[in-house]
Amino acid sequence: MDLILELGAQGVQMILVLVLAPLLLGYTRKVKARLLRRRGPPLLQPYRDLLRLIRKEAVLAENASWLFRSGPYMIFSATWVAAALVPTFATGLYVSWTADLIAITALLGSTRFFLGLVGMDVGTSFGGIGSSREMMFASLAEPAMIMIAFTLALLAGSTQLSYIAQFMLTHSSLRVSLGLALAALVIVALAENARVPVDNPATHLELTMVHEAMVLEYSGRHLAVLEFAAALKLLLYLSLIGCIFVPWGLAPAGSSLASYAVGIATYLGKLAVGGFLLVLLETSIAKMRVFRVPDFLGIALMLGLLGMLLLFVSRSF
Amino acid sequence: MHGTPLDVAHMLAGGMVLVSFMLLYQDRMFALLNVFALHAVVLSASVAWQAHIQNAPHLYVPAAIALVLKGIIIPVALHRVVIRLGIHRTIETVGGIGLTMLLGMGLVALSMVVMLRAAATADPLAREDLAFALSVLLLGLLMMVTRRNAVSQIVGFMSLENGLILAATGARGMPLVVEISVAFSVLVAFIVIGVFLFRIRERFDSVELQALDEFRGERR
Amino acid sequence: MTSLIIALWSVPALLSVPVLAVTTRRWSAATRLIYGACLAICLVVLAAALAQLVGGGSTASSVQLPVGLPWIGAHFRMDALAAFFLVVTNLGAAGASLFAIGYGEHEKSPGRVLPFYPAFLAGMNLVILADDAFTFLVSWEFMSLSSWALVMAHHQDPENRRAGYIYIMMASFGTFALLLAFGLLAGGSGGYAFADMRATTAALPGLVLILVLLGAGSKAGLVPLHVWLPLAHPAAPSHVSALMSGVMTKVAVYGFIRIVFDLNGPPAWWWSVVVIPLAGITCVLGVLSALMQHDLKRLLAYHTVENIGIIFIGLGLALAFSAHQMPAAAALALTAALLHVFNHSLFKSLLFFGAGSVLVATGERDMEHLGGLIHRMPLTAFTFLTGCVAISALPPLNGFVSEWLTFQAILLSPEVPSWGIKLIVPAVGAMLALSAALAAACFVKAFGVTFLGRARTPVAQEAQEADRCSLAAMFCLGTLCLVAGIFPGFLIDGLAPVVEGLVGARMPAQGTISWLSIIPVAESRSSYNGLLVFVFITISTLLAIEIIHRFASRAVRRGPAWDCGYPDPSPATQYTADSFAQPIRRVFGEVVFLARERVDMPAPGDARPARMTVTLRDLVWDAIYGPVGTAVWYAAEKLNHLQFLTIRQYLSVVLAALVGLLFVLMLVMLVWT
Repeated sequence: MDLILELGAQGVQMILVLVLAPLLLGYTRKVKARLLRRRGPPLLQPYRDLLRLIRKEAVLAENASWLFRSGPYMIFSATWVAAALVPTFATGLYVSWTADLIAITALLGSTRFFLGLVGMDVGTSFGGIGSSREMMFASLAEPAMIMIAFTLALLAGSTQLSYIAQFMLTHSSLRVSLGLALAALVIVALAENARVPVDNPATHLELTMVHEAMVLEYSGRHLAVLEFAAALKLLLYLSLIGCIFVPWGLAPAGSSLASYAVGIATYLGKLAVGGFLLVLLETSIAKMRVFRVPDFLGIALMLGLLGMLLLFVSRSF
Repeated sequence: MHGTPLDVAHMLAGGMVLVSFMLLYQDRMFALLNVFALHAVVLSASVAWQAHIQNAPHLYVPAAIALVLKGIIIPVALHRVVIRLGIHRTIETVGGIGLTMLLGMGLVALSMVVMLRAAATADPLAREDLAFALSVLLLGLLMMVTRRNAVSQIVGFMSLENGLILAATGARGMPLVVEISVAFSVLVAFIVIGVFLFRIRERFDSVELQALDEFRGERR
Repeated sequence: MTSLIIALWSVPALLSVPVLAVTTRRWSAATRLIYGACLAICLVVLAAALAQLVGGGSTASSVQLPVGLPWIGAHFRMDALAAFFLVVTNLGAAGASLFAIGYGEHEKSPGRVLPFYPAFLAGMNLVILADDAFTFLVSWEFMSLSSWALVMAHHQDPENRRAGYIYIMMASFGTFALLLAFGLLAGGSGGYAFADMRATTAALPGLVLILVLLGAGSKAGLVPLHVWLPLAHPAAPSHVSALMSGVMTKVAVYGFIRIVFDLNGPPAWWWSVVVIPLAGITCVLGVLSALMQHDLKRLLAYHTVENIGIIFIGLGLALAFSAHQMPAAAALALTAALLHVFNHSLFKSLLFFGAGSVLVATGERDMEHLGGLIHRMPLTAFTFLTGCVAISALPPLNGFVSEWLTFQAILLSPEVPSWGIKLIVPAVGAMLALSAALAAACFVKAFGVTFLGRARTPVAQEAQEADRCSLAAMFCLGTLCLVAGIFPGFLIDGLAPVVEGLVGARMPAQGTISWLSIIPVAESRSSYNGLLVFVFITISTLLAIEIIHRFASRAVRRGPAWDCGYPDPSPATQYTADSFAQPIRRVFGEVVFLARERVDMPAPGDARPARMTVTLRDLVWDAIYGPVGTAVWYAAEKLNHLQFLTIRQYLSVVLAALVGLLFVLMLVMLVWT
């Protein structure tokens, strides 16, 4: 019975992230429109967009290769696996021990690797722009993420997200290194999800695109899969910030159905608040020009390094 | 003294180190003054918290002095000075921001090691706050070294002063007399520097130190 | 014992192969014969070494042969460490030989390559088996000389001549440093066998470490002694480049481990403080230099430098933990380093084979003249992609496992009570993470510009797929990369006798963990399961494809590229390798390479093209080798006067020498009596 409940909980998490990702996207778009005094698209519009795109015929460039055709699926599955491993409403799920925070970072790194490759595949200049800029951002964002992982691991004594969340629940306190890690994680999350101030997800000017430029040649079901992957990534980062820095409500492993339900409810609340704060930030600052973003990400790297240094030097930081 | 009070003290001291880093890379005058005002506000919060946990009510006075004098009066005055000097539209070349940041990190690491070893027998709260204070001091010095504009150098000098005050409060408070005299000396120094700046500006039409170097009479 | 005998017999077997080929004089089949024979011999030695590693455990067998110096003889020994490095060497050599059976057919002057190739393999095997200083140094020099001959195989190109010259200089310098190190280790008693060196402690173990860093580090490619590597590795034929990068650097790492961990006694606290920052700088400098290259083989060679840095980070951490009596953590760090040795030899060889196939198919090494090869050479592209994914440390392949273990070792280092380590390790951890991210960028560039996009030159449009033997070698190595990534627990258990012999502890047994995860310290601390990650990714990909194809459309239409409505027919408007690296060059290059961009814009009305010039300077070369070269020239100029003296001046030089020696004799007699 326990085994079935555990397997069920893991399965529910995997389906839940899939279902919630487009809803989160729709929610952020709606809130952004409201903050800008518009009505905005309906909440469920992303679902309709995905369904419409899936049913369309995919138009491929004449020289698109097998990598171009299979890339979206690989990117999607790596993002989905990573999102399924981040605790959303419960810790210690059945397969949560297969990959720790470093492995999740590396899985997201592999999505970026393949995204960079498919951007170069057709041999257009815009794809090259997107790929080269994305790899430059990644060269600073990924080390910052690993520094954050190290800071958390030094505090919690583990790199497994379930154990980190448990530690944060039981030893909640205001620590300098946690504050630094939170600031760094917010910056990295903005950069990885192609949000303002790093990249504007709603832009139509090709020379300002980074993420959109890499997927410029895609259409139909491939584009649907890639958009879904991007929404999943946003959900992943919000869940990550939630499970580490706001861990209250996470159901420990092997608890009852009621606590799982409470966990899901608090998770939905965290997503709502997180999405609102994200949109608030996006509407209040402007996008940076491309060569100011390394300074911005350098700040994240430095904050992460400072947090790790403080913990190396003394345990009470 | 463990738990939340210690953590909040560390957060505030760590916040001062962070604001010192922010001061290092500001290249516009008004933003620099705003960040300096933030530095003073965080300092006053830190001193006030120390007053609270050490049960030393006389420390609230330095906190108030830091807030009013360094958080409001001096930034507003410098604001006016900047406008009168006409440099509020300049963007200062901070020269290798990555390298400056790396040097800053190195200085923080150095002060951590030195303080935590030198004061190994002291109270943990005092020791770690002293480490942060030394970092703020060194970062203030670094700011003075990497800046070209005289007003930025003044701001760097003031942030160095803030580090000293943090250190003094962290080491179990200081008598009020010392604090008042420190504050007055800062004020006097500021007035003197301000006067000199205007004289320099009158004479040489610029406060860029590179230009001023050429009038020193020494040839490289 | 039998493994040792088999391995030793391989050496004369390898050395006799070219002699046989020459005597049969059938040059048309000589290539296949020689490489096939090498393949067979390497597979035999591989099997023997595996048997020793798996079955023998920590027992060692040694033998002494009456060759060489009369009062020393030649000692040979195979313990777990030697068995592991024999596995790595012969696996790489077998792969290279298999690749060369197909690749060697395109060699224009086989007589310059064929005799030296088996000699190179024999030299490497001998270095690993050597158990006394004389045999070690002779084999080391033999290895250097045969690889130098291979580097000079295409000596018509002046760049290759320069590469060979610098290589032989650096190799001689390295051997000299090792000679001094062995001298120090032998000490006053003069016992040159390794067994004697283990028994006595050297007078200055710190100086031994420095000398070994200079000697073995220069062969491995540590900054600042790495300058020969990006010149020499691309100059050699591709299978030899793979061997030099993937295997010979590992033999140098073996030399370092053998001397520092085995012969030099217990480590002091400051050794790791020297090794770890050097390794961190090597990582970052290697990968940044690789990003600036557009020659495919030079990019791969600079990347080897980065991976050697990663290996030495692990070794340095193991030294730090050993010095502070933390054997379990030292075992973890050493296992991470050795696992990376194995993994790197696999994927670096694979990548060099891919570059070799591209070179044969198009005649070009420059990425800016390639492009679109994924359509013409699909299988080569697939295996090269596997290599790229593996080297960028992406799960579920093997590169990620060794980097993950290195990160776990870094996370254990706050326990070390030394302040130097506490300050250095966070910085080096950041450097390691930075180099991992930059490596991924580098290989997106390498694969994207070479294989993806549109062909930039006619030779790229006409490229042919590689032949079957080459493809077989690449597929074998690619499969091994995947297997090593999915089943890392077995590799870690296989390394246990090696690690135990060196630091006195081993990692917990991984083979028995459920679902074949690896747990380096404790389950609550961290765990990773490559197999399940691979299974999950595969299942979710197939599920996504199936669902979408079943319930939605699977229609596809081909058309011209969209490119926002501005398609251009010329492939020259694609991103080149330099343009791909431009953002990263702007961020990092100004400090590390003093990169300067200069744009020469013509005045309006002037019809000449605008020109952008990028200058990069190799700071290591300018700071160290430039002044050294200048000093040597200066001294040589001054000493040259000795050639042109008169007879009287020569006689006075002889008189001065004689008088000086008598003077010294007089002083000695006065002082010692």
